[in-house]
Amino acid sequence: MAEIYLKKLAHSYLPNPQKPEDYALKEIDQVWEDGKAYALLGSSGCGKSTLLNIISGLITPSQGEVLFDGKDVSHLPTEQRQIAQVFQFPVVYDTMTVYDNLAFPLRNRKQDEASIKARVTEIAEMLELSADLKKKARGLTADAKQKISLGRGLVRQDVAAILFDEPLTVIDPHLKWLLRMQLKALHQRLNRTMIYVTHDQTEALTFADQVVVMYDGYVVQMGTPQQLFEQPEHTFVGYFIGSPGMNLLPVQVDGNTAHLNGQSIPLNTHYAPQQGAKLELGIRPEFTQLSPSPTANSLPVTIKRIEDIGRHKIVRADYQGQEVNILVPEDQPVSTDYHYLNLDPKHIHLYANGRRLKRESAA
Amino acid sequence: MNKTWNNKAWWMVLPVVLLVAFSAVIPLMTVVNYSVQDTFGNNQFFWAGLQWFEEIVNSERFHDALARQFLFSGLILLIEIPLGIFIAMNMPTRGWALSVCLVLMSLPLLIPWNVVGTIWQIFGRVDIGLLGATAAKLGIDYNYTRDIGDAWFTVVIMDVWHWTSLVALLCYAGLQSIPQAYYQAARIDGASKWAIFRYIQLPKMRGVLLIAVLLRFMDSFMIYTEPFVVTGGGPGNATTFLSIDLVKMAIGQFDLGPAAAFSLVYFLIILLLSWIFYTVMTNLDKQGR
Amino acid sequence: MSTKQTTKSSRITRQGVVMTLYLIFLLLPIYWLLNMSLKTNEEILSTFSLWPHDLTFQNYMTIFTDPSWYSGYINSITYVLINTVISITVALPAAYAFSRYRFLGDKHLFFWLLTNRMAPPAVFALPFFQLYSSVGLFDTHIGVALAHCLFNVPLAVWILEGFMSGVPKEIDETAYIDGYSFGRFFTRIFMPLIASGIGVTAFFCFMFSWVELLLARTLTSVAAKPIAATMTRTVSASGMDWGVLAAAGILTIIPGALVIWFVRNYIAKGFALGRV
Repeated sequence: MAEIYLKKLAHSYLPNPQKPEDYALKEIDQVWEDGKAYALLGSSGCGKSTLLNIISGLITPSQGEVLFDGKDVSHLPTEQRQIAQVFQFPVVYDTMTVYDNLAFPLRNRKQDEASIKARVTEIAEMLELSADLKKKARGLTADAKQKISLGRGLVRQDVAAILFDEPLTVIDPHLKWLLRMQLKALHQRLNRTMIYVTHDQTEALTFADQVVVMYDGYVVQMGTPQQLFEQPEHTFVGYFIGSPGMNLLPVQVDGNTAHLNGQSIPLNTHYAPQQGAKLELGIRPEFTQLSPSPTANSLPVTIKRIEDIGRHKIVRADYQGQEVNILVPEDQPVSTDYHYLNLDPKHIHLYANGRRLKRESAA
Repeated sequence: MNKTWNNKAWWMVLPVVLLVAFSAVIPLMTVVNYSVQDTFGNNQFFWAGLQWFEEIVNSERFHDALARQFLFSGLILLIEIPLGIFIAMNMPTRGWALSVCLVLMSLPLLIPWNVVGTIWQIFGRVDIGLLGATAAKLGIDYNYTRDIGDAWFTVVIMDVWHWTSLVALLCYAGLQSIPQAYYQAARIDGASKWAIFRYIQLPKMRGVLLIAVLLRFMDSFMIYTEPFVVTGGGPGNATTFLSIDLVKMAIGQFDLGPAAAFSLVYFLIILLLSWIFYTVMTNLDKQGR
Repeated sequence: MSTKQTTKSSRITRQGVVMTLYLIFLLLPIYWLLNMSLKTNEEILSTFSLWPHDLTFQNYMTIFTDPSWYSGYINSITYVLINTVISITVALPAAYAFSRYRFLGDKHLFFWLLTNRMAPPAVFALPFFQLYSSVGLFDTHIGVALAHCLFNVPLAVWILEGFMSGVPKEIDETAYIDGYSFGRFFTRIFMPLIASGIGVTAFFCFMFSWVELLLARTLTSVAAKPIAATMTRTVSASGMDWGVLAAAGILTIIPGALVIWFVRNYIAKGFALGRV
């Protein structure tokens, strides 16, 4: 087990990177704490696999260091890093039994059979694989195979971190949930550092203590699921997390008032003027309200569609050509006659060129 | 894949059936016809029953040729399969070196078989061949036209030269199909090179190895042209394999009846052995499941 | 990706040594043939030299100026091409049927086809001679091409079936829903999808037809005589004409080498017969 320090880390696949665009992974400097579950979230091509491969040792970073508990491992090969990995497609040794699969990493490290047996039995119990121990690995279902690959990481006591590279890709939908819950429970029980790469926000938010959101090679935010929801540091986080994502409206800002095509919206705090930056107002659909008659500072909107998705309704509305989504609890009445939209000032964020502006307290 | 039941598909296979039947069934019937008759020339034939079959199956000549055939096929399988795997594992995986290897390795496969024979006939000659002359210079008594051991050595090494690349290329294709994740996982698990070979590469090559063993077994069991050109079946009958013996009998001595019976027994042996190979290997495969 | 950086240098050397030794083993006999083909018969028989001291192209000139030599090449290439075209044409629909449908006796039929690949040519040589003589196909290109179909058609069906099974059936169904007729679907959509499979099949048909000699020689006398059979004529009154024999051998290697060069990028996949 270990703390992972990504020290001034960046990577480019080009031999002589010049511009920021040349880097698949832009410089980051972060400490990942021991025993926590991290999720690396982002759409494909955002650099999350690059980061994972740097941690696992498949890629040597072009600058910076990776430190496990203060020890520089940047140039160590995978096998000397004390990590385990579960891949996108199940990797099992087809010709071996489940037992032999689980015992394999220990046998390779020349442990005695008695302790191997104890350890394998324990892990198999934990993963609910005990009944299959004598079966050949090849005949098993995809989810059982993924459990075996996870088990091969768990049997070793020296593992610093377990890496998951989109491990649920080939699992049937109804089993995904179950397996994710098992993983979560395992993590709570074992307290191993786990790093989970995915492009599925539900997976990331349910699994991880800390979600690392990546976009275009940048780590745009690292935080708890709640932080990602309440204070998205980047418009990408806003719109990628949550369904529907955050509403983003182009605005001009003057002190503590935002101007939206002539309509002013009061802001909770004062913002410093931003020269030449593209300003956007962001608010989650959860923090908006519709009403049938105008109230102070409400925006006139036209309702295009109401989708009932069970626990709440999604209202798709139009404000001067901009789509705005509103989340309405199930028990609240709503109809196409509701024409006025209120934004909760507490949950309004301002973004300049995609990045959230810090509030200037008082002025 | 679930296939739909459709008897109209017969129309699509019909051309193949007709074409192959023309070249297979009619000649085979001719062979069967000869095998149960006797002739004194002049195209007069008599019913001979199973006489020729009894004669062939009990003849020492057939037994000897069969034994030589088994020895030959066994030897070349024992050499070519492990060697082919070994070569495949040492092939480069990309770049110009790969292209060079692929092209040069395929070269022997596309040389007409009698030219293969000619190449080795020349190569092994003591007077003008590199191999023979070098052996002579080193003081080794090597002469494939006189010494039985030397003749066998030449024929076997020729076949290894000719066909190992086929095995290697098949295995190479099998190795290429292994996803990189398997090797990564093995490294993480601390597997030795031998363990990687034994538990990842060999199981993944099973399918292509089945093809390789079957093809090499069938083709080596039918071998005719190459050893015939090099040794002519000699010295004596030392390298007279089944096909060579059959042609000697049918065309050299024009013993049509026995030759036809020989043909059928020979064909049945190949079918039977191929079937056994196939069943055993696919069963091994299933046991692994 | 830049993987395996640590142990690279040592592994490459071992790989390099193994492959170099193996390629030398493969090329040495061919080099020796080339070496001989560029020597005069006097040099071949009198001195033992690793390269031609008295370089001559006379052996090749002999071949190119003698019609009976070069017609051998034309004959060989003609029947090989005819065979390849026939094999692929008939094997395509059959392989499609085997890969997509179940029908009465399909498994037995498939096995029966494969047994023909196992039939020793020596068994069929004489009956072929009689059959083809009786129907007037003796000593014709088409005759040899048909005879080679015996082992090439089953092989072509086998290889193509492997490639076709790799194409999802949904593609066929989508095409029919889009209103394609079977013929148009097969030629416009399906064949491009398995183009590499067809290439590989053509390569194998070419290969096995080109290298086979027993049947080709039995079924021809003059008009369609293959080059490889012509080679046996070099035993003249004055003994073997080694130089010409070697030159002819080298020339028979060239068409194969050309074909390999064109398909080199498909070789690895092709040798797995689409079944990996």
